[in-house]
Amino acid sequence: MTDNEFHIVVLIKPVPDMEKVRFDVEKGVVDRSSAPLEINPFDLNALEAAVQIKEKLGGEVTAVSMAPPAAESVLRDAIARGADRAVLLTDRRFAGADTLATSYALASAIRKLGRFNLIICGEKTVDGDTGQVGPEVAEMLGIPHIAYVTEIREVTKEKLLVVSELGAPYLMELKLPGLITVTKDVNKPRLPTLKDKLKARKAKVEVWSADDLADVADVSRFGFSGSPTQVVKVLVPPMKKRRSQIFKGEDAVDKLIEALEMEGLLR
Amino acid sequence: MVFAEQHNGKIHPVTFELLSKGRELADRKEVELSSVILGHQIREEAKELIYYGADKVFIFDHPTLKEFDSILYKQNIVSLIREEKPEIVLIGATHLGRSLAPRIAAALNTGLTADCIDLQLDEDGELIQVRPAFTGNILAYIKTKTKPVMTTVRYKVFKARERDPMRKGEIIEKEVKVVEDTGTKILGKIPREAVNISDAGVVVAGGRGLRRPDDLKMLEELASLLGGVVGVSRPLVDEGWASKDRQVGFSGNIVKPKLYVAVGISGSPQHLAGMKDSEIVVAINVDPSAPIFNVADYGVVGDLYEVIPKPIEKIKLRKMKL
Ligand SMILES: Cc1cc2nc3c(=O)[nH]c(=O)nc-3n(C[C@H](O)[C@H](O)[C@H](O)COP(=O)(O)OP(=O)(O)OC[C@H]3O[C@@H](n4cnc5c(N)ncnc54)[C@H](O)[C@@H]3O)c2cc1C
Ligand SMILES: Nc1ncnc2c1ncn2[C@@H]1O[C@H](COP(=O)(O)O)[C@@H](O)[C@H]1O
Repeated sequence: MTDNEFHIVVLIKPVPDMEKVRFDVEKGVVDRSSAPLEINPFDLNALEAAVQIKEKLGGEVTAVSMAPPAAESVLRDAIARGADRAVLLTDRRFAGADTLATSYALASAIRKLGRFNLIICGEKTVDGDTGQVGPEVAEMLGIPHIAYVTEIREVTKEKLLVVSELGAPYLMELKLPGLITVTKDVNKPRLPTLKDKLKARKAKVEVWSADDLADVADVSRFGFSGSPTQVVKVLVPPMKKRRSQIFKGEDAVDKLIEALEMEGLLR
Repeated sequence: MVFAEQHNGKIHPVTFELLSKGRELADRKEVELSSVILGHQIREEAKELIYYGADKVFIFDHPTLKEFDSILYKQNIVSLIREEKPEIVLIGATHLGRSLAPRIAAALNTGLTADCIDLQLDEDGELIQVRPAFTGNILAYIKTKTKPVMTTVRYKVFKARERDPMRKGEIIEKEVKVVEDTGTKILGKIPREAVNISDAGVVVAGGRGLRRPDDLKMLEELASLLGGVVGVSRPLVDEGWASKDRQVGFSGNIVKPKLYVAVGISGSPQHLAGMKDSEIVVAINVDPSAPIFNVADYGVVGDLYEVIPKPIEKIKLRKMKL
């Protein structure tokens, strides 16, 4: 690989499938074993955007995740969907990370990879749901970013022309190297073919530990010890009390109208 | 310290809500409430921040700050925070706020909690930040060990105080740090027919139970009779039946109207995340086991094509009589 090739890094978070994951109402905990890991839905859009740009400009797409060892299959899926290389940061010392420590680990891994022209993240994750990791990574790497990108209009090796949902939709230019976070509207992720899946099965996922990043990072800033925010309590919110009057049959609509009139809602 | 978000010199209303909560926290902690605003020719607006509760307002006024620039904004706010050392920094969880706050937090190497829906003080006067996670399925209570404690707060969870034009405060002009080229540029605005479903008092939302895009007209008629707007579930946006500013849910808009009517919507967790705090929820669905009925105050198990015309008729009749 020569150095003037275009390098894209996609940050992918392995998350539980929200349709399947169970929550323990009593204990207020998430039963993470109740659902298998998959690529965070918004990161599928990020990966697709990266692959489309690579198809135009050439170069290489590297997927990077910080997750437990079980996430290796998720990174294989990323390879099946077009990533050329996959790196999994996995180590007990990464565990318990909040967004700052997560961003620090990911930014360190990107430094370790060496050259990068463009970093693409999802808008947010379905579990953490902060949307903070992208801009924090950009800040740590000292590069500009544009969040909430809904459309990529033009790409060259020097800059990107995008539409972003910041306030009114803006047409914006981003100088590279830079970072974008994309929403679901940016594209329709393609499905991997059977052939791609088979190929990905044999592909190698590089696994990095905290020590592997020691030359580019301060390992004490990883994981729980590097996390300034801490969850003191988790609650499964009690559902708002509802009247739960569900009408069936012949006069159901009349009953509904009557009820809404009583509420003073039909005026 | 409250970050005042402005667009074209107009202050985003979430700012006033944050000032109100900030005032309450500052009074209980017996500290000062400050606010910071960046822009161009915004001195008049700065006064508003005092009317809504700030003791002190820091202004960064410069042509380069007219439009939002994450790096320029970040640099000036970071140096202000380093000088003033506020204990808590509140920023609206708007797209702009959620793009700016993480850059500031990373630069200061401090904790940031996103998209809070409540802020409390514990016995030690420390801030407890409450936020939904896991697509709205859980609420997490979060504390921050570092200073400042940084938080983005959702629009419309706190009530703004009454504007008091007699309130006095101090306005302090700060010197603006200018960077020639930050790497991002706004080239223009994309004109878009803007529907703001988040502010509507009534939302009539259609889902995949509708057969044709044209059938949304029926919902529009009902919505306009009720003085509301039409929203949709995500599949209708994906199919191109409606624009994405009408989408309700996790990847769309959060709504909290007086009346939410879900028509042919099953009630997936991602949809509920956007509407479950509505005051009154009405559901119309053929499937009695649809999860939307679990959050409904009133519901009709039936075919929407038979149900919807009836209230439309009824209201029309009534309006004719008046
Ligand atoms: C990351 C992610 C983010 C998402 N974000 C969102 C989001 O923001 N908003 C959102 O809405 N979804 C979102 N989704 C999609 C979500 O998971 C569901 O697929 C979607 O909400 C289903 O929409 P629906 O209820 O209209 O369709 P369906 O689930 O297909 O439900 C249609 C309903 O219509 C009823 N019906 C059919 N015919 C009739 C009739 N004639 N009369 C009455 N009822 C009828 C059916 O019984 C059924 O209950 C997201 C998904 C993911 C993975
Ligand atoms: N553990 C992680 N590994 C890789 N990428 C991540 C991780 N956490 C967050 N990201 C990236 O940051 C984006 C925003 O995540 P969040 O701030 O958690 O909402 C995601 O869409 C991913 O692109």
